[in-house]
Amino acid sequence: MTDQATHAHANDPEHAEHRIVTPLQYFFVYIAMLALTALTCAAAFVDLKWANAVIAVGIACTQAAIGALFFMHAAFQSRLIKLTIGAGVFMFLVMVTMTMSDYISRSWGMW
Amino acid sequence: MDSALATTDPADLHAEQEHGHVSLPQHRHHFETVEQQREAGSFGMWLFLLTEIMFFGGMFLAYLLYRNWYYPAFVVGSNQLSVRIGTFNTMVLITSGFCMAIGVWAAEVRRRSLLVAMLVTTTLLGVLFLSLKYDEYHEKYELHHIPGNNFNVSMFTNPAGYGIKEAPLPPDMAQKTQVFFFLYFAMTGMHALHMIIGLGILCWLIPRARRGDFSAGYVAPVENFALYWHFIDVVWLFLYPLLYLINRHPMH
Repeated sequence: MTDQATHAHANDPEHAEHRIVTPLQYFFVYIAMLALTALTCAAAFVDLKWANAVIAVGIACTQAAIGALFFMHAAFQSRLIKLTIGAGVFMFLVMVTMTMSDYISRSWGMW
Repeated sequence: MDSALATTDPADLHAEQEHGHVSLPQHRHHFETVEQQREAGSFGMWLFLLTEIMFFGGMFLAYLLYRNWYYPAFVVGSNQLSVRIGTFNTMVLITSGFCMAIGVWAAEVRRRSLLVAMLVTTTLLGVLFLSLKYDEYHEKYELHHIPGNNFNVSMFTNPAGYGIKEAPLPPDMAQKTQVFFFLYFAMTGMHALHMIIGLGILCWLIPRARRGDFSAGYVAPVENFALYWHFIDVVWLFLYPLLYLINRHPMH
């Protein structure tokens, strides 16, 4: 990896040093993804009440984060791209929350 | 200047040299450096993927809402899907994503034959995924579990009659399994459509990779396609637990 501090563009938010991820690093990511798939499958067969859904979504989010950061190189992109990805995901969560709060509050107290 | 993927014609090359630019064949004249062109391309690809998050997100939101309303119907509907095929297909997709990632690396280090091999492997794994998906759809067709006029609820109102260890659903809740299967087909169907489009793009990338287009420093098309392919994988990583693994432990 190039030492970013020595680079003229070190503080440029639109620019990041180009980094080539090695096959070994990809292989670790691959193993982690497979292990998490096995884990989510195994966890579904154990009765954990409400925690089943939380674990399933939690593992899926972890896999998505690993995939986005390393397979999709988000971790090595410029701050501009990182911020854009974060803003997009945050916007999606805002829309889900607002829609769900509407549905939950419509028949408030009439359950 | 129709597309950043097209090859620059000699007139443009000449113009770039006049501006004092590095004249790599892929370098378009409106970018100051090849690096800037590459980062602009990644930025654009990410913006596209964010619109895709919103597109799939709408369906995930519908799923979240109906799963809370008709939970018993979603559980028995989900338990009719094959965990074995679903898990295997998840592994197939992760493996194809890994091969695609190695393909990007091969393009970066300019190894043409490895890049071609990885793109072909990615394609074959994609086809394997879709053929298993076809098998699952066909089974649902035979069982009349495709929502619509021919939908049959008897397996859900009388599971014991079919040898299924599941509590029978009242008729109104059994009808709601159609909502589950509608979302199942809508979500996996849109996912499959994205894969078919991806396979089409791979069929265009492979001959270009064989020709050596992407093993001389110009990696952007392979890199941006990899972003698309990984994104489809990530969508499936959510579909798999949400559709196949809602409640797999015995219900009582």
